[in-house]
Amino acid sequence: MLDFVQQLVSGVALGCVYGLIALGFVLVYKATEVVNFAQGDLMMLGGFFAFTFIGMMGLNYWIGFAGAVVAMALFGMLAERVVVRPILGYPQFSIIMATIGLGYFLRSIAGMIWGTDDLKIETPFSQGVLRMGSLVLAYDKLSVIAATMILCTLLYLFFNKTTLGTAMRASSENMLAAYYMGIPVKRVVSIVWAISAAVATCAGVLLAPITFIHSNVGLVLGLKAFPAAVLGGFGSIPGAVVGGVLIGVIESMAGFYLPEGWKDVAPYVVLLAVLLLKPEGLFGLHVRKKV
Amino acid sequence: MRFLFKIDYEDDIKLFPHSGYIVSYGILLALLLIAPHLLSSYLMSQLVFVCIYAIVGVALLILTGFTGQASLGHAAFLAIGAYTAAYLQTYNVPFPIYFLVAGALTGLIGAMVGFPALRLTGIYLVIATISFALIVEEILARWESVTHGNEGMRVKTLSLLGVAVPRDSPTFYYLCLAVLVLTIVGTLNLLRSPTGRAFVAIRDSETAARSMGVNVALYKVKSFAISAAITGFAGVLFAHKLSFISPEMFTLQLSIEFIIVILIGGTFSLHGAVLGAIFIVMIDPFLTYLKDDLPGIIAGIAATFGAGPHIAANIQSKVAAFASLNGLKGAIYGIIIVLFVLFEPLGLYGRWLKIKLFFQLFPLYKRATFKRQKIYVKSERNR
Repeated sequence: MLDFVQQLVSGVALGCVYGLIALGFVLVYKATEVVNFAQGDLMMLGGFFAFTFIGMMGLNYWIGFAGAVVAMALFGMLAERVVVRPILGYPQFSIIMATIGLGYFLRSIAGMIWGTDDLKIETPFSQGVLRMGSLVLAYDKLSVIAATMILCTLLYLFFNKTTLGTAMRASSENMLAAYYMGIPVKRVVSIVWAISAAVATCAGVLLAPITFIHSNVGLVLGLKAFPAAVLGGFGSIPGAVVGGVLIGVIESMAGFYLPEGWKDVAPYVVLLAVLLLKPEGLFGLHVRKKV
Repeated sequence: MRFLFKIDYEDDIKLFPHSGYIVSYGILLALLLIAPHLLSSYLMSQLVFVCIYAIVGVALLILTGFTGQASLGHAAFLAIGAYTAAYLQTYNVPFPIYFLVAGALTGLIGAMVGFPALRLTGIYLVIATISFALIVEEILARWESVTHGNEGMRVKTLSLLGVAVPRDSPTFYYLCLAVLVLTIVGTLNLLRSPTGRAFVAIRDSETAARSMGVNVALYKVKSFAISAAITGFAGVLFAHKLSFISPEMFTLQLSIEFIIVILIGGTFSLHGAVLGAIFIVMIDPFLTYLKDDLPGIIAGIAATFGAGPHIAANIQSKVAAFASLNGLKGAIYGIIIVLFVLFEPLGLYGRWLKIKLFFQLFPLYKRATFKRQKIYVKSERNR
């Protein structure tokens, strides 16, 4: 039983990281109907930025964290301006390929700048555990869970309660109509990319104590975040986190109870099953096909 | 400018619309046939890879270019073809049989992937095919009784009708070339048949195709099966060319490379598959060449502009250090993909068509001829 709870908690913590990356997918998808295949790589880059600020320049953890978030938000806007804006309105396939290309580029550049070693960031959470009876919970995992919950709530409120959030949803439904209604669509898209890059940075920094930062971490985790986003219904903010947690728990359980090899495959088996049985996901909208 | 008068449907679907085609393709084929006598053994080896990549490119074009179903899982089909060949070889099955069996089995698995894919479009299909490829990769690594797991499998030398065909012999090149030509001709025939027309109709509008009486589900599955089967054939050749296969050769990276082949070549014509394959295979030797010679060239240029020998040597060592950085290849790949998507969405073949039209219409060519329309209204979610 104790093993089960222990696996459950580490699965939830891992799942929250998937959820945070999936949140980035969902944000961009919700606002622009674009799937950003470079989301994981933005997370990786955010981790490296934080490492530069905290590990190399010796800044305070929180200041470095904030600096990385701001830097990555600007970088997200730059990436949107250079790569995505010229091809908005073209078929999705073009945009998918462009973001795949962007991901390639970021991975190689990060490898060139920061090398190929695993890097580690010292955080206030990396030491110490919470003991509850015979249950041992590490602070770094708890910090990921807490941060995910806070970010998810904030983003959910932002999208559903603020004017800017409404503008984002409107431009996702129909860019042209949104533009006619006075929404500055270009700026909205730019802001969405900034937010999603900032969320990715949070994921990267929180992840640093659990799995180390290296140039391929984005690819590996980004691929795991797809099942999370699909399971939650591509386009639902709470869905992304719930999907991420489910995928994390499934992976963790499969690693513990099933024979070797299932751990890496289980998320994708679940993903295919979801796509077959309920393609709109747990929280997705079911939209009728229109001619 | 040449005007072709078409007086019935047969004229419209001719493989060679006029004699120019026969002459130019005849010359190309003749050059390819005498290539082993002209090119170095390294370039011949690259040419074999061009053939294999082009076969996969054609397969992917059938599915992605003409049926509109994106796939990032073709490395898995290639792997299934390669492993089937390697496995059957251990039972001394002759080449023609395991070649066909590999194609048939891959086609069958392709159809099995196609069935669930019926309900999926766009991004979901891409994600589903990625998952399929990752699962296949894991199975290859774990099913040790058949695939020998991560140790990989050795592939014996191909023997055709009792004659051994080493992987770097001209005969092996001719075999790959023959398979490529047969694939292209077969695909051209397929595309001008009712099946091919149905594929294109599904790509352009699924709803419209259905209302015209096209059985969308059947043709999507057919497209998946045909595409997978051709990739399976390519997999057999791939296994023989490499003479050793292991799961880490068939990663997502390879699937992305195949997509890049058709993206760079152009997704609307079979020419694209061949041009893209040439590009993607030849970029490696080209980058190596740049790495070796570019620093000297740049230093030479600097010297002619009045830089002293010390500065020139300094520049040379700086450029050499930059060129030998790890991961430069990945960065160049990324830049190339982004540049093609942004500036040349029709690919290399599209560029060729534009140049051709420029001279045909000179001086009346206008850029807007090839302009794509942007659609901001239609949400893919509501389609």
